[in-house]
Amino acid sequence: MNGIGLEHILFISTALFFIGVYGFLTRKNMITMLMAIELILNSININFLAFNKYLYADKLDGLFFTIFIIAIAAAEASVAIAIIIHLYRSLKSIDVDDADLMKF
Amino acid sequence: MSSDFFILMKSELSLTLIIFILLILKVWDGIKDNSTWLHITNFLLLLNFALGFLFNTSGELFNGMYHTNNIIFLEKNILNFGTLIISLQAFDWLKTHKHVSEFYILLLTTLLGMFFMISSGNFLMFYLGLELASIPLAAIVNFDLEKIKSSEAAVKMILSSAFASCIMLFGISMLYGTTGTLSFAELPHLIVGGGLQIMSLIFVFTGFAFKISSVPFHLWTADVYEGAPVSVTAYLSVISKAAIVFVFISILHTLFANFESMWYNILFLTIILTITVGNLFAIRQDNIKRFLAFSSITQVGYVLLGLSAGGQIGTTSVIYFLMVYIFSNLGAFGVIGLVSAYANKENISDYKGFYKNNPMLSWVITISLFSLAGIPPTAGFFGKMFLVTAGASHGNYILVIVAALNMVVSLYYYLKVVKAIFIDPNDAPIEKVNGSFSAKLALMICMFGVIATGFASCIYTYINSLTP
Repeated sequence: MNGIGLEHILFISTALFFIGVYGFLTRKNMITMLMAIELILNSININFLAFNKYLYADKLDGLFFTIFIIAIAAAEASVAIAIIIHLYRSLKSIDVDDADLMKF
Repeated sequence: MSSDFFILMKSELSLTLIIFILLILKVWDGIKDNSTWLHITNFLLLLNFALGFLFNTSGELFNGMYHTNNIIFLEKNILNFGTLIISLQAFDWLKTHKHVSEFYILLLTTLLGMFFMISSGNFLMFYLGLELASIPLAAIVNFDLEKIKSSEAAVKMILSSAFASCIMLFGISMLYGTTGTLSFAELPHLIVGGGLQIMSLIFVFTGFAFKISSVPFHLWTADVYEGAPVSVTAYLSVISKAAIVFVFISILHTLFANFESMWYNILFLTIILTITVGNLFAIRQDNIKRFLAFSSITQVGYVLLGLSAGGQIGTTSVIYFLMVYIFSNLGAFGVIGLVSAYANKENISDYKGFYKNNPMLSWVITISLFSLAGIPPTAGFFGKMFLVTAGASHGNYILVIVAALNMVVSLYYYLKVVKAIFIDPNDAPIEKVNGSFSAKLALMICMFGVIATGFASCIYTYINSLTP
């Protein structure tokens, strides 16, 4: 048996990336959109780790990048959720279709 | 080594120091008066700006993660200066706001992130700076706490900027996969072609296009600019855009230097779309912040035109134009901020008969709009002239013709505002707006800059001598 190659992992991460993009573009709930962004970030993490493990096992760049992405994703989510809660207080909804005060 | 560290990172260190001073003052809770807060902060920002002119050398730190040189110091000075002007203009708005110190802490944190982004020598550092610049920015967009529009703008801003960074990161991960390094010093030799690297160029370009709001990805701009408080809109349209363009220059010109023919073609399409669509949408706006949002999209198109030239002439014309743009755009936003703070009006139709009660402010906004449109005696004309000349250096005259035709279109809508101010009759024009000394001082500096930077050719020569 050949074991799992780099291509398999890249296939999964690319699929995850596009699932995330699809989710971000079609979902109407702001929290779900945030979850879609987390999916994309995780696909990027998998990418970095896979490249690091299979191609550049002697370096640590990819690993470090992954750790920073996880930390920043947490910061981003916390600020985004704070803003969404603030919007919810006045709008009583977290549906993007209801946030339509400004249109061109 | 240690003295090196303090000198090379002086801009970041002084900003960090200011942030901590404000935090400690906030915790101490001894200052009850908003004006005192604002005066202290403005004084600190002035010191910070003055420090930018001392001890400028070049060098790198942290194994190439952080690098700096004279042109980067100049870029940081421009950003510092713009922030100082915005802070002076924000006086009338923040005078009655409950959270002045938090506003400045968040604002200066984003500026710190931009500084790290500009000096980054590695994609990791760049990403950290980018996020440090964009996450607190969404928080200060939400700073008109009682307005729904402001929260809505903040949600739109953070979701789209997070999505943009995700797309850019996916490109960076592909770049890492093909080269095995993230350092800006090693990457240019390793980027030589191949499918994954071309894909990564497209992804990284898309991320940047989102951030500078060039056309296929501009839809968030108008909403965010309209919802945000005026000072924050000014900051978004001038400082954060300028910072990202500064990085974009080095990414395209040095990192992807081997792909020049490819990114030139992408830029070609982007420029034509950005200038045209920005103009067409600006014509039909009535909210003046939305109007300036579309006008800033158009200006970004001109900046990209200069950027497409590459090399020294491209870099110089872009930096020069952004400096002029700071003066002229902040002049316009200063007046809008005063009117919004005192009369609470933000529509172009409200500005009818503005000249009757506010002759000085009318002249300020008129000169600023002339400069944005590029009418000769003002600096905006020279800025645009250099950009278009740089864009023509490739011999691609289609771009130059499109840009020149669009300048004529842009005159129509800029002059529409001027017409509303001076000619259109109005029974109940805006009352006399009596701004604070800080705001007036900021407007005077802007007017001086708009007139003087156009005539002082030494500025352009100076920037040109610094660029490699």
